[in-house]
Amino acid sequence: MQSKETILKVNHLKINFNTYAGTVKAIRDVSFDLKKGETLAIVGESGSGKTVTTRSIMGLLANNAVVEGGTIQFHDKDVLKMSQKQLEGLRGAKIAQIFQDPMTSLDPTMRIGRQIAEPLMIHKGVKKDKAMAQALEMMKLVGITDAENRINDYPHQFSGGMRQRIVIAIALINYPEILIADEPTTALDVTIQAQILNLMRELQDKISTSIIFITHDLGVVAGMADRVAVMYAGKIVEYGTVDEIFYNPKHPYTWGLLSSMPTLDTDSGELASIPGTPPDLLDPPKGDAFAARNPYALKIDTEQEPPFFKVSDTHYAATWLLHPDAPKVTPPDQIIQRQAKFAAMQKEAKQQHKIEEEEEQQ
Amino acid sequence: MELDNAKKVLEVSHLKQYFNVGKRDEVRAVDDISFDIYEGETFGLVGESGSGKTTTGRAIIHLYRPTSGSIKFNGQEIIGMKDKQKMQQFRRDMQMIFQDPYASLNPRMKVKDIVAEGIDINHLAKNDADRSKQVADLLATVGLNRDHASRYPHEFSGGQRQRIGIARALAVQPKFIIADEPISALDVSIQAQVVNLLKKLQRERQLTFLFIAHDLSMVKYISDRIGVLHYGRMLEVGTSDEVYNHPLHDYTRSLLSAVPVPDPEYERTRTQIKYDPKYEDGSKKRELVEIVPHHYVQCSQDEIPMYQERAKSMGLSVK
Repeated sequence: MQSKETILKVNHLKINFNTYAGTVKAIRDVSFDLKKGETLAIVGESGSGKTVTTRSIMGLLANNAVVEGGTIQFHDKDVLKMSQKQLEGLRGAKIAQIFQDPMTSLDPTMRIGRQIAEPLMIHKGVKKDKAMAQALEMMKLVGITDAENRINDYPHQFSGGMRQRIVIAIALINYPEILIADEPTTALDVTIQAQILNLMRELQDKISTSIIFITHDLGVVAGMADRVAVMYAGKIVEYGTVDEIFYNPKHPYTWGLLSSMPTLDTDSGELASIPGTPPDLLDPPKGDAFAARNPYALKIDTEQEPPFFKVSDTHYAATWLLHPDAPKVTPPDQIIQRQAKFAAMQKEAKQQHKIEEEEEQQ
Repeated sequence: MELDNAKKVLEVSHLKQYFNVGKRDEVRAVDDISFDIYEGETFGLVGESGSGKTTTGRAIIHLYRPTSGSIKFNGQEIIGMKDKQKMQQFRRDMQMIFQDPYASLNPRMKVKDIVAEGIDINHLAKNDADRSKQVADLLATVGLNRDHASRYPHEFSGGQRQRIGIARALAVQPKFIIADEPISALDVSIQAQVVNLLKKLQRERQLTFLFIAHDLSMVKYISDRIGVLHYGRMLEVGTSDEVYNHPLHDYTRSLLSAVPVPDPEYERTRTQIKYDPKYEDGSKKRELVEIVPHHYVQCSQDEIPMYQERAKSMGLSVK
């Protein structure tokens, strides 16, 4: 798998927004790290703080945002302490971003070749001819057909899927260490989405970029991520490897998310839904923010916020249900099925391990 | 559901909806499609953007004037209907739930007036007290409470607004509801709430639904039967289990193979089927043919044996 080198470390990040209505506590103590070459998916509903988190990594927070505390370590430097000038050297060079809407993230008045070449000219000082030649290479890499003839076309001459390929080409032209993809396929049709996701996987293998993938679509997460962080109301409530989150989830919110999506083999009958709506972050509730919507809530949930409990070396969840004194609860049926699969997979892995060990001994 | 004896509520035949007819930029948004919807069922229309699914819905509810074809509702022709009274009855019987809960509610009207607009137009309330009572009942039906009646749309979340839109549709006691992507603007956890609500209403009020969406797993979940649209043409129609478990048309197969599934192991082994749209170049005349009972595929006469073979290889009994 990937090497273990950590390139980004977010520590106890807290971000507020000052609005007319009061202070919105958008990010409430978020910590995670990103390793070289891996894909970390951040999942959550709108307003859970996924986008704000990544914007803070890019130094792109709005003017009314206040960083209350925390650090964002990129290599040895804290992104939050960087000057505008230093940030400009970072954005588009070391850290690049793909936005949700390919229709609005391109300049409609600039030819696409020029748009792809621009980051090279700005960050690396490459001369125009050379930059355009590299842009052409990049267009071929991201699968734009007939690139030689299309390099001088304008964005409106391309379809949505092709435009997203152009956006990816712009983001990758400087071979960034981190690529932030904020709902990159939400605006696209499923067949186009599948193409773009394949492309991102291929390119990641080729240039070994780390990807932070933001989405609300758990199906996309299952196909893209090495690790997953689930966010709710400005906090990470559970994180682990993709198998741990999908086959052995521990947080009731993750349970709710997984069982409220019909899969292609869900039969009719009631969908398990999460009742209620997310809390107002102007005035976050005391205790666990999910308690009011949580059918498994304990008394302590309304009084004290749960800390992270360790499930495995890579898997943590912030729910009091994991406390040794907590009562045993039965998760939704769909989750029990998933856990059964997890147990089977682990057993298989152990046997595989045993066989390998025996072979080694011989 | 027993399809053989079911009553047809809506019969669409050879519907064509062109825009800019005769001009250089003529668009054939819906190009000769036919399908029936039976009483009490949910018919799902799926397709990618530009496939004509929204246009179909809008043509059926008479927001457009179809270029040609016929739409029969309870046996009555809707296209070109002149009788004003009949038209008003039709507009009452068929209602629509829109995609965007932010754009589809008038920001300057209170919730009670939004919900009661249809009641007022159709004179369904005896007096003010009756009107308020009907509004309160409707809000309760969709899971809101009566205090919400005097508020404005901006005070509500997306899921709540969609509930207001549903209450408005129900206000005139419709028999048929067209839901055009009613959940795609909502968060995952809220989507399930709204879908469950729609299912409950259908049970309680014997509604018939035309459910338009691009989220294939949600369409399969909610629909009894499904029609697959592509480039304005209906390529496959069948019960949802049939279409999803035994897709016959190559386009349906490729569409299904592209759906991301929240199961990492499945995703690691997934193979995507590519589809070549050249197949639909229009060089052959193709019509919906019943290959398996109640499972139709668009094909030409000489392609029928191929699809029959395909169905047989899946263990289906060919018609």
